[in-house]
Amino acid sequence: MSQTGLEHPKLERQPMEPRALKSIILSGITIVCAITACIPLFSVLIMLFYRGGKRLTFQLFYTLPPGAFDSAGVGGFGNAILGTAFMVGIAGLISVPFGILAAIYLAELDPYSKISEIARFCAKTMTGLPSIIAGVFAYAIVVLVMGHYSAWAGGIALSLLMIPTVMLTAEEAIKMVPNPMREAAYGMGCTPAQSLIKVILPVAMPGIITGVVLAVARAAGETAPLLFTALFSESWLSPNDPTASLAVLIYNWSSSPYENLIELAWAASLILVVLVFILNILSRTIGGKIKR
Amino acid sequence: MEALKEIDANETYENDLPTDVALDCKAERIYYGDFLAVRDTHVPIKRNQITGFIGPSGCGKSTVLKSINRMNDLIRGFRFVGDIRFHGVNIYAANIDPVSVRRNIGMVFQQPNPFSMSIFDNVAFGLRLNRYKGNMQEKVEKALRSAALWKEVKDKLKNNGLSLSGGQQQRLCIARAIATEPRVLLMDEPCSALDPIATRQIEELMVKLKEQFTVAIVTHNMQQAMRVADQTAFFAVDISRGGRTGYLVEMGPTKELFENPQEQLTKEYLHGEFS
Repeated sequence: MSQTGLEHPKLERQPMEPRALKSIILSGITIVCAITACIPLFSVLIMLFYRGGKRLTFQLFYTLPPGAFDSAGVGGFGNAILGTAFMVGIAGLISVPFGILAAIYLAELDPYSKISEIARFCAKTMTGLPSIIAGVFAYAIVVLVMGHYSAWAGGIALSLLMIPTVMLTAEEAIKMVPNPMREAAYGMGCTPAQSLIKVILPVAMPGIITGVVLAVARAAGETAPLLFTALFSESWLSPNDPTASLAVLIYNWSSSPYENLIELAWAASLILVVLVFILNILSRTIGGKIKR
Repeated sequence: MEALKEIDANETYENDLPTDVALDCKAERIYYGDFLAVRDTHVPIKRNQITGFIGPSGCGKSTVLKSINRMNDLIRGFRFVGDIRFHGVNIYAANIDPVSVRRNIGMVFQQPNPFSMSIFDNVAFGLRLNRYKGNMQEKVEKALRSAALWKEVKDKLKNNGLSLSGGQQQRLCIARAIATEPRVLLMDEPCSALDPIATRQIEELMVKLKEQFTVAIVTHNMQQAMRVADQTAFFAVDISRGGRTGYLVEMGPTKELFENPQEQLTKEYLHGEFS
């Protein structure tokens, strides 16, 4: 008791006090959940390195798939790697200009118009589009029209999945450009096109590239759209014919009865996951530059 | 003084204005959507002088200034009723391209806003926009000298403009704006984001710049208006009709306005009785 008759305030930690206890328990639960969320990724990675790592040789990248009766350890999937690269490339060539130009309209030219609002709503809905629907759509408009499966159809199916991601991230990136920059450009007497090309897009570029890289990473791992459009092939890339891809290869070979093919499917999974992993890291590095 | 000669040569453009008025701004009404932001404001801006716009927050002084180079066109719902005469032309006439207006009437903003590119490219920006074919190096140096920045940056012209200090950035923005030798330079509270030393430098710069350019400046700081402005326009807010509409109370030579204001409102404001 002090002279004034007031109690001394208690400043020491009281971990057993109910409210402190509650706080400790709740923090503990959140930490456990956060760690649990990482477990799937790490267990997948460990499993892939364990099962796929032993077949990881340079041979995989330049040889064709083995026949069913080839001896163990023979063959690779160079055609599937090339096919994935080709189809993702086609998808990028379609979705990047398309997405960025649409984003420029949405973010800069007429953000509040009816067209923009409808387009934005559609793009947001499209990001949740089941990928198999994109495959069915590309099947209907490309495969049925051309009369056969092809790499082109695969690329178009993948581009449907990439466009909304590219468009929405590019829109965000353009909107993030500080308004004083815009004012400076217009104040100097830029036309809208000049202010976009000389000032706004260079500033927004890291954000736009981040979105493109993320979209590429997603497209590279998609299986369902390619099942309907590119199918699979045992031979080297020929864009007008059915085309192999890593994702479909994994799907096909993992259920095969041949040990050799199953091993190759593991190796393909490893390569695909590492590729997606690298693309994600790349997008984070580029994205990090925005803040500087 | 090349620039001075050029401006003189252009005086033949003038027709219906007293020759000492570079830009005659009559803003009858300025709207943002349904909101009447400014009414009944007539500010003649005199050639080779500094015209200061003062007044409490929300009195429309920035709105009027930004109307002069049509920056407000970028704001949704902006509508201007009135007439801004620049070289005998109403810049709000239907056949006027706002982009050309902005190339002739430069602007410096409240926040220093250099582009994220080299110091040299920042200054050369407007020249390149205008497809200037002459000696770029020389023009950039001249603009940086006029903006009292040359000595500090001459060895690092390749550095990013954003790497400079706030005051240097603002002088860079001034250099960028004057590189194309606009007839009129508008400044919207150019010192409000700067420390007193940088403010002093910009003020000295303004006084020097008026030899070549006509300057209009919005300021919150009455001492600043007293120090630099030749003419001062005092704005106030009219809340009588329910809205918050700004208007010009009175305008005159700075000394007269501060020493002998004609309106009661001006007297009260200058004596700090409201803000």
